[in-house]
Amino acid sequence: MPDQAMESVESFRLRARAWLAEHMPRRPLDAPPPDRAEDEQTWIDDRALQRKLWDGGFAGICFPEEYGGLGLTIEHQHAFTEESLPYEMPLHLNVPNFSILGATLVDYGTHEQKSKYLPLLLQGKHQWVQFLSEPTGGSDLAGCVTRADRDGDEWVLRGSKIWSTAAMSATHAMCLARTDWDAPKHRGLTMFLMEIHQPGVQVDPIKQVNGSLEFCQEFFDDVRLPPDSVVGDVNDGWTVALTLLAHERNAVGGGSPYVSGRNYLAEGADGARDLSSIALVRARGIDDDPVARQLVAEAHVLDVTQRGLVQRVTLGMGNGKLAGQAAAITKLFTATSAERKTEIRLTLAGTEAVTWPAGVETLGREAGESFLERQATSLAGGSNEIQRNIIAERVLGMPREWAADRDVPFRDVRRNAMPTAPSGA
Amino acid sequence: MNLALGDDQQFFQETTRKFLEQEMPLTAVRALADDPAGFDRGWWARGCDLGWTSLLVAEADGGGSLGGEGVLDLVIVAEEMGRLVSPGPLAPTNVVADAVSRSGTPELRSAVLPGIIAGDVVGAWCGAGPGGGWDGTGGGVTARRDGAEFVLDGVSTPVEAAVRADELLVTARTDGGVTQFLVPAGAAGVAVEPLGSVDLVRRYATVRFDRVRVSDARVVGDLDGADAAVERQLQLAIVLQCAETVGALDRVVEFTLEYLADRNSFGRPLASYQAIKHRFADMKMWLEACHGVTELAARAVQDDDPDAPEIVSAAASYLGDHATEIVQECTQLHGGIGVTWEYDLHLYLRRVTLHRNLLGTPAQHRERIAALLLTDQPEAARA
Repeated sequence: MPDQAMESVESFRLRARAWLAEHMPRRPLDAPPPDRAEDEQTWIDDRALQRKLWDGGFAGICFPEEYGGLGLTIEHQHAFTEESLPYEMPLHLNVPNFSILGATLVDYGTHEQKSKYLPLLLQGKHQWVQFLSEPTGGSDLAGCVTRADRDGDEWVLRGSKIWSTAAMSATHAMCLARTDWDAPKHRGLTMFLMEIHQPGVQVDPIKQVNGSLEFCQEFFDDVRLPPDSVVGDVNDGWTVALTLLAHERNAVGGGSPYVSGRNYLAEGADGARDLSSIALVRARGIDDDPVARQLVAEAHVLDVTQRGLVQRVTLGMGNGKLAGQAAAITKLFTATSAERKTEIRLTLAGTEAVTWPAGVETLGREAGESFLERQATSLAGGSNEIQRNIIAERVLGMPREWAADRDVPFRDVRRNAMPTAPSGA
Repeated sequence: MNLALGDDQQFFQETTRKFLEQEMPLTAVRALADDPAGFDRGWWARGCDLGWTSLLVAEADGGGSLGGEGVLDLVIVAEEMGRLVSPGPLAPTNVVADAVSRSGTPELRSAVLPGIIAGDVVGAWCGAGPGGGWDGTGGGVTARRDGAEFVLDGVSTPVEAAVRADELLVTARTDGGVTQFLVPAGAAGVAVEPLGSVDLVRRYATVRFDRVRVSDARVVGDLDGADAAVERQLQLAIVLQCAETVGALDRVVEFTLEYLADRNSFGRPLASYQAIKHRFADMKMWLEACHGVTELAARAVQDDDPDAPEIVSAAASYLGDHATEIVQECTQLHGGIGVTWEYDLHLYLRRVTLHRNLLGTPAQHRERIAALLLTDQPEAARA
């Protein structure tokens, strides 16, 4: 769309404000983050909300117009997000659905793939997940052993993936698989876009420390994939994966243009106040406790700082003054800051974080249970250690680590055995 | 460095850097360590020719910024001064210039501002009071009316650049509130006692006011109502301090990274050890976060954002905690050379340590933030 035809941010904001008020259900500003994504109903609800956005002309604000989006700028998206805060939004669909996988398809999909899939994604008809990590290893992503072998035009997929969010209710996945075992590890991979619910795919939930069933493990037993499921080039899947991971860091770090609505993963980055620690202090009547005051303020300082950092890094990556890998900085900040804020809430909640009235959802219980999954943000989307490697080697240019598998045919690389589906399943 | 500088700002930044590198390299900074003023007035005036003291002054008073955003321009100078731990009364003189230009009488503006812009007049900001009154509200000085004059009594400390200042912007308690006065440093009853300082070239003093008579033409801003102006001055001083700090950090991180690449141990460069790489990655994250929050604070002060108090305090708190940690970590990574007088690292450690505590410690800023957050009702909190 030529610039002169683009709607101004203010006009867009006013239109969004009016539309939201008329069409979207209201939600209190200090409501806790949305439920865990383990419940089928959550996804049905979110996809219905997404359909409303689509029908109202507010879906895919930064996605290309050609493929069903609005083709507007990140400023338009930010304005919409600000207006959307008092309303229910399909927040679960932001990550990975739009901001990671949709974004990657924009970058690497063919015209046919984008025309076919992006409108379905933006209408809420599709829900995508990523099949990247494997039981044999997560951080060493390029060492994946799930394989796709050619059979005529088609591919045959075997292996297992893990840590996919809500794969049971999802429709499609981007799946990284090894397609050439004679090439060194990074050069024998291909990215596929596959249907999840088809013969040969078994999806099992994983129960986490906090009881959540949000994550899944999948097993592939001779799953047949059509030729047009390849995203990017055959054996160039690592390039696609790197882009996908950069989108992921950006989404979790708070800089993605494809996240619509409040980004709880990058709390604070959007300027929203984290009210949870303030609410705890008020609920416990410790407003005057000097230690509590210090902790509430410390959490707030982290949020304000994160907002400044995200603005700086987003700007710098946009105008080329910072390396594309600089999103690792925001990712690491978000994760370490989330760890600290979880600790702060645990301290503020005192005994109420570890004991609570049976069967009741309380702020204290939330603080205690959040602490049990404190490391989640530091593990998901590339662990803190991987981010530190990226910052040191790619951003600062420090020497790379020695690696035993560099420039070696992958079939000769020492590795863990490919897991198989549990027997009797 | 702000990543979105326009061409004019970029040029201004380069000019300032070149000037400082040529006229005030670290050897020259060290040479001023025993100088009572800590800076050379001729050098200061040459720097002011580049615009160092005109950016916050209205055009009508002979000042002017590059693009209408003087605070953001001045932050550029402060960052460059941080890179070379420069001397000079940058923050206090600009705080005084800003206050006089914003709220001085026409007579006062024309009497004082041309000299400040030319670098002939140095200003000092007497906001701090004894016993930890760091926030500029002037617990230490009182002023009572006597005819057409006011009589000032009390103590302000620590006051930057007071030793060589010509004009003192004094915050005093008056009957009905807080009032600011521009007091000539040479006025009868003003006594300046130099203090020691952790910094090599920034000079501080205790300023005593003993029945100092000031005409009411020298009131700056509202009688009994200077609170908002004082808050603005505090924010401005903190933002400049933060900008200096990030400039200093940039430089320390640069030369430490070079050192680690050049220095070998157990047959390989120090920079190749993952234990060191991961620590450096954390420092890089802190450094970029320091930049980010400083830019946010500068923008908030530039725009007179209603949230500026908490954003500026967030910057002061975050930098206070992390800037000294970065420089201490860099000292550790240097090994023994890092704790020698001859190596320049301590010049930077001195400056960032000064800044950590001068205008409020991190804990004091957190208390300020808590007061702002916990008196707000959740409904009133910004969405």
